[in-house]
Amino acid sequence: MTGYVARRVALAALVVAGVIIATFVIARVVPGDPAATWAGPHASAAQVAAARRFLGLDRPPLVQLLAYFGGILSGNWGLSIHTHQPVLSDIGTAAPASLELVTAAMIIALAVAVPLGLVSARWPGGLVDQAIRAVSILGVSMPIFWMALILQLVFSQRLHVLPAAGEYSPGLLFSHPLAQRTGFSLIDATISGNWPMLGSILVHLVLPAVVVAAYPAGLIARMVRAQVLDTVSETHIQMIRALGFSERTVYSRFAMKLAWNPVAAAVALVFGYSLVNTFLVEAIFDWPGLGSYTAASIATLDTPAILGVTLFIALVYVAANLAVDIIQSVLDPRIRLR
Amino acid sequence: MIEAPSPTAIPAPVLPRGQALWRGLRANPLLVAGGLTAVLILVVAVAAPLLAPFPGDAGSATHPFFVLRPPSAQHWFGTDQVGRDVLSRVIYGARISPLVAVIVLVIACVIGIPLGIAAGYFGGWVDEVIMRVTDVFLAFPSLLLALALAAVLPTSLTSLTIAIAVTWWPWYTRLIRGQAASVAGRPYIDSCRALGIPAWRIITRHVLPNSVTPLIVQVSLDVGGVILTASALSFLGLGAQDPTPDWGLMVSEGQTYFTTDWWVVTFPGIAILVTAFAFNLLGDGLRDLLDPKRSLLP
Repeated sequence: MTGYVARRVALAALVVAGVIIATFVIARVVPGDPAATWAGPHASAAQVAAARRFLGLDRPPLVQLLAYFGGILSGNWGLSIHTHQPVLSDIGTAAPASLELVTAAMIIALAVAVPLGLVSARWPGGLVDQAIRAVSILGVSMPIFWMALILQLVFSQRLHVLPAAGEYSPGLLFSHPLAQRTGFSLIDATISGNWPMLGSILVHLVLPAVVVAAYPAGLIARMVRAQVLDTVSETHIQMIRALGFSERTVYSRFAMKLAWNPVAAAVALVFGYSLVNTFLVEAIFDWPGLGSYTAASIATLDTPAILGVTLFIALVYVAANLAVDIIQSVLDPRIRLR
Repeated sequence: MIEAPSPTAIPAPVLPRGQALWRGLRANPLLVAGGLTAVLILVVAVAAPLLAPFPGDAGSATHPFFVLRPPSAQHWFGTDQVGRDVLSRVIYGARISPLVAVIVLVIACVIGIPLGIAAGYFGGWVDEVIMRVTDVFLAFPSLLLALALAAVLPTSLTSLTIAIAVTWWPWYTRLIRGQAASVAGRPYIDSCRALGIPAWRIITRHVLPNSVTPLIVQVSLDVGGVILTASALSFLGLGAQDPTPDWGLMVSEGQTYFTTDWWVVTFPGIAILVTAFAFNLLGDGLRDLLDPKRSLLP
């Protein structure tokens, strides 16, 4: 067990080192001169040279790489060009809103997709199964930036049932200001008992979360269907049937139990994908997370910020995979032997 | 792209080939629907100059007196912010996304297959080095790495294609490696070695042909994913530039006028959705038909 965990952690550390090198290489691929960008459009040659020295670009590449490594590990992720703040502190400010959005999306996706997958697996090949399959493939085929615009148009501009944009109604800032404690608005509103604010955030969360949920929901529904179908033909399920449990219990309790493991792994993977999908959605809904930050960084060619976010999400992704691997190996000892 | 594993196929009675295919298609109407739609999209792409009512509008034409007209008998999908016919641009757009997808997938195969075969066949340190590099690439969600690359490269469709291809090959390397490793361990490959047949010949005549089926399925599944990734990057302004009639770019450009002039965004978006949906249905159905037991998830 410890051996397995140690091996997985060592592998993850290796991958993290590779990820840092990859972002460094991408930063060096930049056509044009980062020093010139930094110094601004009207800088003199001397100012550009000063910027080059300041940014450390006059040193040999290997020294730069080591300095970059040192910087990443000590929390110095560079300065954002468009906010003039350290990239890491920008990410720290923006990440909670995105994590809340993606978590909400995952809850919606699981709540919709698990029942759909179960129903699909119970009557495979039937009309209902085909319909659910079509809908789940539609979910993974959705250009979510377009879906975001359409839902915004329909539900807020035309029907006026949901707010179009923002994290909460701005008026609440005066009547019920949000106490900053954890940086996670939903948690802050809950622990400070700020119910009007909590309600407002939840209402504002609905549209972006539904949009981000489209892809994971389609994926999870197909996975649940496949896993449950695989399981119900196994002998222990035959045994449970023979013991006289109802079909409903056989599917929802026993077959689903075995399906959870791979589904949990998929959820961890798709969490990282969905964090990236917020890039396409947050700016549309003016949700103040990593996505809006990255969209603004792209618009201003803010390479340090873009690479900082890239690195951050890659780290989250590696950590999520590692966590799933370890949890699964605890729950299911067979995995350790592979 | 992550893919859900398919259920185990129920063993079917052996039928003559044509009849078996016919039954497979009958049992899978979604595959047929997806395949027909995909063919239709390709026909539209090829016949774009014949089908588009205003072929000139696919380029840099402007019509200042026809700006943002709603759908009408003359302009079925309305006109955009410089007066171009949206229908014509959507039709010409069918030439861009599928072509980007094909180029990306070809590049990904050209890089991914040899590396995967080498890792799987030779094993040892070759395998270690290739697979650890692959792990690093797979540590990024593909859209993220493509985005970072597209952001630092000069903005163009070519950069976008390269950026996506760079993120796509590791999936194929991993897939082919597993197949090649299992083929390389079989006795008939040992016999080939014992007969003194050179490695490149064993690889090209035996290992490659016997490893490639799941890859074909995966490539067909990935067309939709690449189209979505490309349109997402174009939407973020990291791909095609005006006046290219790229669907993602059209959605992005129409965003500003969206609340009053819904058609500029709506129709190109539907085109992306229908195309991705068609290719995903096709890929999903093909997988069930050809290779029901495989999945990419660990």
